[in-house]
Amino acid sequence: MGNKTPLYQSHLDAGARIVDFAGWDMPINYGSQIAEHEAVRTDAGMFDVSHMTVVDVSGGDAKAYLQHLLANDVARLQMPGKALYSCMLNQTGGVIDDLIAYFLHDNFYRVVINSATREKDLAWLDQQAGAYADLGIRFRGDVAMLAVQGPSARERAIDLFADYQQKSMQQLIRFQGAEFDDCFVARTGYTGEDGFEIMTLAEQMPDLWQRLLQAGVKPCGLGARDTLRLEAGMNLYGADMDETTSPLVSGLGWTVAMSDERDFIGKQALLDQQSAGIKQSFVGLVLLDKGVLRNHLRVVTPQGDGEITSGSYSPTLQKSIAMARIPAGASGEVEVEVRNKLLKAKIVKLPFVREGKSMLNNGGNNK
Amino acid sequence: MSDVPAELKYLSSHEWVLVEGNTATIGVTDHAQELLGDLVYVELPEQGSAVAAGDSVGVIESVKAASDTFAPVSGEVIEVNEELEGSPERINHDPYGDGWMYKVAMEDLEEIEDLLDAGAYSETIADEE
Repeated sequence: MGNKTPLYQSHLDAGARIVDFAGWDMPINYGSQIAEHEAVRTDAGMFDVSHMTVVDVSGGDAKAYLQHLLANDVARLQMPGKALYSCMLNQTGGVIDDLIAYFLHDNFYRVVINSATREKDLAWLDQQAGAYADLGIRFRGDVAMLAVQGPSARERAIDLFADYQQKSMQQLIRFQGAEFDDCFVARTGYTGEDGFEIMTLAEQMPDLWQRLLQAGVKPCGLGARDTLRLEAGMNLYGADMDETTSPLVSGLGWTVAMSDERDFIGKQALLDQQSAGIKQSFVGLVLLDKGVLRNHLRVVTPQGDGEITSGSYSPTLQKSIAMARIPAGASGEVEVEVRNKLLKAKIVKLPFVREGKSMLNNGGNNK
Repeated sequence: MSDVPAELKYLSSHEWVLVEGNTATIGVTDHAQELLGDLVYVELPEQGSAVAAGDSVGVIESVKAASDTFAPVSGEVIEVNEELEGSPERINHDPYGDGWMYKVAMEDLEEIEDLLDAGAYSETIADEE
């Protein structure tokens, strides 16, 4: 018996196949993972992400604290509600977790971290808080979270809210959120589609789910969530990066704000890595032969071996795709060892899919 | 509850066998396709090849996992369901019909005795459901 989100009964009612995910009883699918994936690419789907960890960081020192804690710089957040994707690093530049930080208003940030990493993350947040006097760190176990994603997702969700709320939801730009009443709605997600992530008090979530269901939003499980994020070229913590890998070899260099004077945990290690030379690159692979790429398969290149960090089947491209960490300098075609056979794959730029469309034709990546 | 047709024989590794004369038609069970989810790739033994009972002779892969498939009986592969190459989802939609995988000309009909009947197979999967 694992932890259950406020939507557990709603999942059973919708015919979910439940699996254990980091100690949580979560829906893997409601019948067909591929149908759920397609609903998000072409219409609207919803995911219970209430197992994720919501933490409010407040006080006069909140900004300085997060500037020290995170590899990206929350000072970039000027407009209320704006969101920032960042890694939280250890002293050796490894990734403790990746997260989204929302700047709600002065002296108040909301941070969403992963589920499997909750205990160690909360301990780390506390451990780093010591030097800051005016700082509140509050784990929000009372908040549930639902992602509504797809080209029709915003429209379907907005219709369910009151007039004054609709206006504020309409006006949200990408990567921005707004608070009203007990609700926080952000135009963010993990699928490569437009949509919202909605946080509200746990007891209100089953009613929201029910109304979205009636509005034609399809329940989607963790299976579809994984293939959607993979197509969108979005990293998964624990697969694509962890405490032993630097963001600089995980395709996350763009999330590290290195150039200014700001000191953050892990910065010196990243500077040392840069001056020693980055020896690996993080790439997309499209399988040219038949089969399916999987996590941890060996990638053979003329420059040496690499490894697939996330591999699966892409329902949109109807090919197998993967993200991989390979020796720097490898390009063109490589081979992947699948059950003692070497299969051909092509290195491509990420993402594979954006807003329902294949990106393989862009930049001469098509085979 | 998964569908377990009474007229078929089974392996605990979720293959089914339909024996007609000395021809065995082989597929994977409804329970297996439910566990695996949407299938996206199937690798089957080649027509004309010899398989031995218990051998791993192919792979079926869903979006989430790859699973070996085992030969329930020994003999020559006389026909392979070519439709599965382009449409592996046939196994999801119709595991005992359009989703059949291959046919074997059996060498030893006594091997049937080693297979599970529907009741015994249902018991092996009861714990998982």
